[in-house]
Amino acid sequence: MKRFDLRNAEEFFFKSLMLTTTVLVACCALFIVGVITQKGLSSLSFEMLTQTPKGGFYLGKEGGILNAIVGSLLLAGGATAIALSISIPIAIYLNVYTKKNSWLAHLTRTSLDVMCGIPSIVYGAFGFTLMLTLGLRTSLLAGMITVACLILPILCRGIDESLRMTPKEMIHASYSLGATRSETALKVVLRQGFPGLLSAVLMAFGRGIGDSASVLFTAGFSDAVPTSLSQPVATLPLAIFFQLGTPFPEVRSRAYASAFVLTVMILFISLLARLLVRKLHRHVIK
Amino acid sequence: MTVVELRALKLRIKPNFKPVNWRLITEAIFGNLMLVLTLLSSLLVVVIGLLLFQKCLPILETHSWAELLFSSSWFPLKGDFGFSPFILGTTWVTAIAAIIAVPTSLLTAIFLTEYSKKKMRTLMNPLLDLLAGIPSIVYGMWGVLIVVPSIKAFAATVFKISISGYSVLAAGIVLAVMIFPAIISVTLQVLTGVPVELRHASLALGATQWQTIKKVVLRKALPGVIAASILGVTRAFGETMAVLMVAGNVARAPHSVFDPAYPLPALIANNYGEMLSIPLYDSALLLGALILFLVVLFFNGLARLVLIRIEKRGF
Repeated sequence: MKRFDLRNAEEFFFKSLMLTTTVLVACCALFIVGVITQKGLSSLSFEMLTQTPKGGFYLGKEGGILNAIVGSLLLAGGATAIALSISIPIAIYLNVYTKKNSWLAHLTRTSLDVMCGIPSIVYGAFGFTLMLTLGLRTSLLAGMITVACLILPILCRGIDESLRMTPKEMIHASYSLGATRSETALKVVLRQGFPGLLSAVLMAFGRGIGDSASVLFTAGFSDAVPTSLSQPVATLPLAIFFQLGTPFPEVRSRAYASAFVLTVMILFISLLARLLVRKLHRHVIK
Repeated sequence: MTVVELRALKLRIKPNFKPVNWRLITEAIFGNLMLVLTLLSSLLVVVIGLLLFQKCLPILETHSWAELLFSSSWFPLKGDFGFSPFILGTTWVTAIAAIIAVPTSLLTAIFLTEYSKKKMRTLMNPLLDLLAGIPSIVYGMWGVLIVVPSIKAFAATVFKISISGYSVLAAGIVLAVMIFPAIISVTLQVLTGVPVELRHASLALGATQWQTIKKVVLRKALPGVIAASILGVTRAFGETMAVLMVAGNVARAPHSVFDPAYPLPALIANNYGEMLSIPLYDSALLLGALILFLVVLFFNGLARLVLIRIEKRGF
């Protein structure tokens, strides 16, 4: 017979407590997705996805959220393009050009890490003051710049981490064949880190689509799909926010459907990132 | 031969003549361009801070810091800008979120690294990604649909008080769920960094698994675990949309968890529309953003330094 042991009792207590919290966290995730799906699916319709808001849309009349879907994609796409064109050179510089233990690399990585934690409302306020300073109005361009600032640190650190995985021997082999650093960077390091780069881009894109506080001040809102960079643009999160703010049940149920669309878009992007990385990883030389 | 002709000849037979090497020139251009971009990006934090500070100057010139931070009268039309209710609101909401999220996340992270089988971990990873990926507006909606009514019903049945449900507690719960993945993923990294040999040594001495965790693993990982918690909690501190939707937004300092609160980020987000029509209002709201920025910068910087030290020194 096993004697009662305080140590084992403590072990059992904490083990069950931990199992409970783990299950709790898992349930939270499933519960939220469940609620959004159940509420959203029932009010989702084909017209919602293919029409822009008609007159009285926010009073419960006809229309859809096409403006917000396209707006979000444009905004996040543009922002990712801006951020990417800055991030790739920085990531290459940090990994190929700086020496080991360089103070600049440490400083940049730390400052980017800290920037990852800055709340998006602060980026929104920054983007707003920047917009006023540059003399822009609330527009697609201003929104893109703000979101680009927001996702720059995420993108940069993501690419940096993936380029860091390049084996040192490969870089040395490239140098010994007479390649310059820039040639090594473009033809060896960037290719080797491409799967990681792609997943970082998709993650940043997803973050850009989902973020609302930063575009609140800068992107404006519009019922039409924008045709130029200087027009205001609707985003999906803000469309949800405004629809939820109305007292009409029809409009609120549309907000649930919009939230469902947004969640599906973001989950699809993160799933795509995982699949692509797995698929492309075959080409990475180990 | 004239002098000119001689000079031309000399030029043509210059002994060390090298052809222009475009590869080296591209190399130099590339390198310097990237250096400039890297420097600029590390300066971006400073630029954000300075630009916000510059816009806050008008209100800092007319009001003292003490008045701005500790006065509780908020009447923008009369020129009274006391941030105290909002700062207290943020503090309450963040504290509730921390109280719920930190122990839960740490226990989950310990379970996943020390006890669970590999299968469970591969099951939990996508769920954590899911939680991290859900946008804050969707969290807010979930809060409005589920958390707020539940709190209303809970307060009515248990405490026999009738409230709207939009409260510090609702915001705290929503924020806690939002920061689960942030704390768990960093803690997982820290815990897996603790060498297996230490665990084996402790187990070999007859300690139970929990004793090993308590006295060896956690003691070794403590700075990292604290850093992970700080990173998560600062995220809750600056979170805007979800909080805006469930906190109730009443500009009074809360006295219990069932009181509504008006956190600082919600204040900024809610008043962007009219902020240019009232004098000093924009300056005051940007001061709010500056306060958020500075607090997050301080705590995040601290946590990052701890994590960097761990990474460098190892355990």
